[in-house]
Amino acid sequence: MIPASFDYLRPSTLDEALTMLAEAGEDAKVLAGGHSLLPLLRLRLAYPAALVDVGRVAELRGVADRGDHVYIGATTTHDEVVHSPIVKEHCPLVALATATVADPAVRHRGTFGGSLAHADPAGDLPSVAVALDMEFVVHSPTGRRTVPASGFFLDYLESALEPGEILAGVRVPKLGPGWGFHYEKFHRTAQAWATVGVAVAVRRSNGTVEEARVGLTNMGPIPVRASGVEEAVRGAEAGESLREAAGRADEGTDPPADLHAQPDYRRHLARVLTHRALLSAAAHPTG
Amino acid sequence: MTRISVNVDGIAYQDDVEPRLLLVHYLRDRLGKTGTPIGCDTTNCGACTVLLDGRSVKSCSVLAVQADQCEITTIEGVSSDGTWHPVQRAFHEEHALQCGYCTPGMIMASIDLLKDDPDPSEEAVRDGLEGNLCRCTGYCNIVRAVRRAAQEMRVTAP
Ligand SMILES: Cc1cc2nc3c(=O)[nH]c(=O)nc-3n(C[C@H](O)[C@H](O)[C@H](O)COP(=O)(O)OP(=O)(O)OC[C@H]3O[C@@H](n4cnc5c(N)ncnc54)[C@H](O)[C@@H]3O)c2cc1C
Repeated sequence: MIPASFDYLRPSTLDEALTMLAEAGEDAKVLAGGHSLLPLLRLRLAYPAALVDVGRVAELRGVADRGDHVYIGATTTHDEVVHSPIVKEHCPLVALATATVADPAVRHRGTFGGSLAHADPAGDLPSVAVALDMEFVVHSPTGRRTVPASGFFLDYLESALEPGEILAGVRVPKLGPGWGFHYEKFHRTAQAWATVGVAVAVRRSNGTVEEARVGLTNMGPIPVRASGVEEAVRGAEAGESLREAAGRADEGTDPPADLHAQPDYRRHLARVLTHRALLSAAAHPTG
Repeated sequence: MTRISVNVDGIAYQDDVEPRLLLVHYLRDRLGKTGTPIGCDTTNCGACTVLLDGRSVKSCSVLAVQADQCEITTIEGVSSDGTWHPVQRAFHEEHALQCGYCTPGMIMASIDLLKDDPDPSEEAVRDGLEGNLCRCTGYCNIVRAVRRAAQEMRVTAP
């Protein structure tokens, strides 16, 4: 299908992008990879008056090692994230989850920041963002603010970004040595979105889990931490007790009902997938 | 209207396009390059896959204006002087198509895949082509064809 008409603006710097977005008014939208936005436009579920294409703003793209964190520019493509040596070394969970996003052609266009700004609870990156306590660097014509992942996702497809704001990039704190990672995604067909996904990071020492972070994909309108599991695995031996801890994965969640699964099945999946993810993360070689 | 300059299959074009024009419609309706079909129109099937600056993309989900200043290769641009691309030849030899609708996209995605991995395992081919759907259930022969092409390209590579 053919989208409704819109004006097209292509800035080459972030300042220019912010000015264009402000001048274009409330009905303007940022265009990054377009792989969530263009499908919506084609179905005429969205009809912005103008698109500000940030795809050529060089300062928004790329991965940098910034000492205690890795900075990932918003328009860095999924493919670039997956192949980044810095991401692989310092935040492998991001690479593991991104590699499961859609298919190679979609990963060539879709962007890291676009996935997060879109705030789809079925997306694979929001749960990783909350598990790793990422920080979102947001620019507006009046300045810059930082939003923690725990405050970025407000509701289904709704983020803390205000009209006129642009997500410039995301800080991913480095966890240091001793951590293992895994992203476990359940979907019915290749390239499909997650029915449920579980992002796990665990710190081990001498066969014991010292600390864990568990993020859940598609278990509610926003990505959540499975804090019951995190509490239960602390100090647990990396054996049968992991299964018990994983049994708490669906505590406090509000999973949706749709074509792919009913809430009770999603709850079941969350428990099973969390167990698998904990086992894999505990066996993952430490960085 | 927005002016774009693109290079498609080795030829430079300049055109005024509406911003909402999708790349696949530009290729087919403006340039007459109907070798690239439209399958699902929902970014799922991969039939419209082309190379944009060397990387596979689904051209139903890229605006023509986003391709400004870029190089595009379609299925119509992969053979040279009447000689088929090794991937085209392998699809023919291995009978990797039945109705042929998914074939242009399959071949473009395969060419991209082989750039990254000149000797892909069966699993790597299946992963690499997960964004391309064949509804004649021809995957076995497609996988075989990609691996055959890979072998041939390794032998003939300088
Ligand atoms: C067939 C298909 C399968 C997919 N499967 C998956 C999957 O399995 N898992 C998954 O996680 N995702 C999946 N996706 C989505 C994909 O990851 C998209 O790339 C992503 O959701 C959006 O990124 P984008 O760069 O394309 O953003 P766009 O589509 O350009 O933008 C999306 C939204 O975010 C806003 N936005 C984008 N960038 C910024 C910015 N820098 N600042 C402020 N606002 C911004 C836009 O205004 C828009 O509202 C799939 C997409 C397709 C087409």
